Amino acid sequence: MTGQTIFFKNKPRVIAGYSIVGPKEAAGPLDPYFHKRLRKDDFGQKSYEKAECKLHMSAISGAIIAAGLAPKDVDVNIGGDLLNQIITSSFSARELDIPFVGMYSACSTFGQALIVGAALIDGGYISRAACSTSSHFSTAERQYRYPLELGTQMTPTSQWTVTGAGCTLLGKEGGNVCVESATVGKVVDFGVSDANNMGAAMAPAAAKTVLQHLKDTGRDVSYYDYIVTGDLGVYGSRLFLELLQSDGVNAAEKHKDCGEMIFDKKQRCPQGGSGAGCSSVVFNSYFLHQMRAGSVKRLLLVPTGALLSKLSSLQGETIPGIANAVSFAVEDVC
Amino acid sequence: MLSRTEYLKLDKKIAPKSKEGQTLFLAFVVGGLICMIGQGVNDLFKLAIPSADEKLLGEITSTVMIFLGAALTGFGLYDRIGKFAGAGSIVPITGFANSVVSPAMEYRCEGVVFGVMCKMFVVAGPIIVSGVSSSIVVGLIYWIIGLLK
Repeated sequence: MTGQTIFFKNKPRVIAGYSIVGPKEAAGPLDPYFHKRLRKDDFGQKSYEKAECKLHMSAISGAIIAAGLAPKDVDVNIGGDLLNQIITSSFSARELDIPFVGMYSACSTFGQALIVGAALIDGGYISRAACSTSSHFSTAERQYRYPLELGTQMTPTSQWTVTGAGCTLLGKEGGNVCVESATVGKVVDFGVSDANNMGAAMAPAAAKTVLQHLKDTGRDVSYYDYIVTGDLGVYGSRLFLELLQSDGVNAAEKHKDCGEMIFDKKQRCPQGGSGAGCSSVVFNSYFLHQMRAGSVKRLLLVPTGALLSKLSSLQGETIPGIANAVSFAVEDVC
Repeated sequence: MLSRTEYLKLDKKIAPKSKEGQTLFLAFVVGGLICMIGQGVNDLFKLAIPSADEKLLGEITSTVMIFLGAALTGFGLYDRIGKFAGAGSIVPITGFANSVVSPAMEYRCEGVVFGVMCKMFVVAGPIIVSGVSSSIVVGLIYWIIGLLK
């Protein structure tokens, strides 16, 4: 490890990616890239928790099928979600016959899962890992906020939890996209305490991780085609760019945010999308497609997470943020 | 990089704010409309039951409005009104009905006792507690004033 960055010697490959989203996400601008869209967000289940679990499972099996493999070919499923005790991931692993490692770092779980999966493969311990995350608007609302039918308004800084699940299947070989390096983020708290302003709570963590990554790798922002943050949203992205700017780094041209991309302005989500599924559905659909097609050669994915709970907010704690960076490259620049 | 204090200052300065004019106007219009409907219900009952006094009419009107709030919540419409009207649909008695019915609906998956019954007052509970506590305080003040007379 150099600083906080791991360089993968054997360059684990992205064998396949799969994304499945709810109806609102499918009505957004990224619709053509998703692999599967739900017509109703309950997915034919009795509860939204069960629906999210089915989403998560479908994403994992979708990725395995897309790769032309069977569950027995996958050594480990590294998964996480936002619900208490990560029931979505573990309940979906109950149905799949794959060894399971549960992960949690809020909405940056996808980054964490990718880092652990890539490290296990790079070290030669396993040959394939399914890295999956999910979130569901209706399960997140009831856990973190209010009942769905309560007539409240969203605050101007709030974000809409993405209903969706994504899975990236990593392996020793297969596919033209590789995981080249990764930076493990530190937990950063700049004192934001408004649980409806999570973009501001996470922006410092994202900025610190990106700066650390550039320092450890000796690279410039121009090295990457895109620096993609997870779910900072429109306002959080603005703060993120301001923070980088204050350190003399101008990333405005290269920066994209999954939360900002997934919804249209007309869809009435004040600052865009959020949730553990946000970065994973956008990466596994749009960006993976672009990389496979060769129009994006180097990409730094930085899923961001706000490490709060309902309890910590009520007890007046500020919101710590975390961001993990994973660098992807296509074969010829690997 | 910016320090913590500089960052919080920046956040405070550039964070998107609510459009107060628009919010207040919509709350005023929708809240007023709900109250007008309430007054209409009251007047209709006055015509239907000429012998009823003001107190009885008030009680009937409240019951009807609570029913309407609960029914609209059940049909999944009240939260849409709320998104549009904000405090305009929260403050009237229909909003109180919404705050009781919505958690009851939300938590039905967790069963009748631990879901619906336990969670029904999760939003309205604080309103009831503060209402009861403040009426005790006001009652005590009345009582003391009565003693002094």
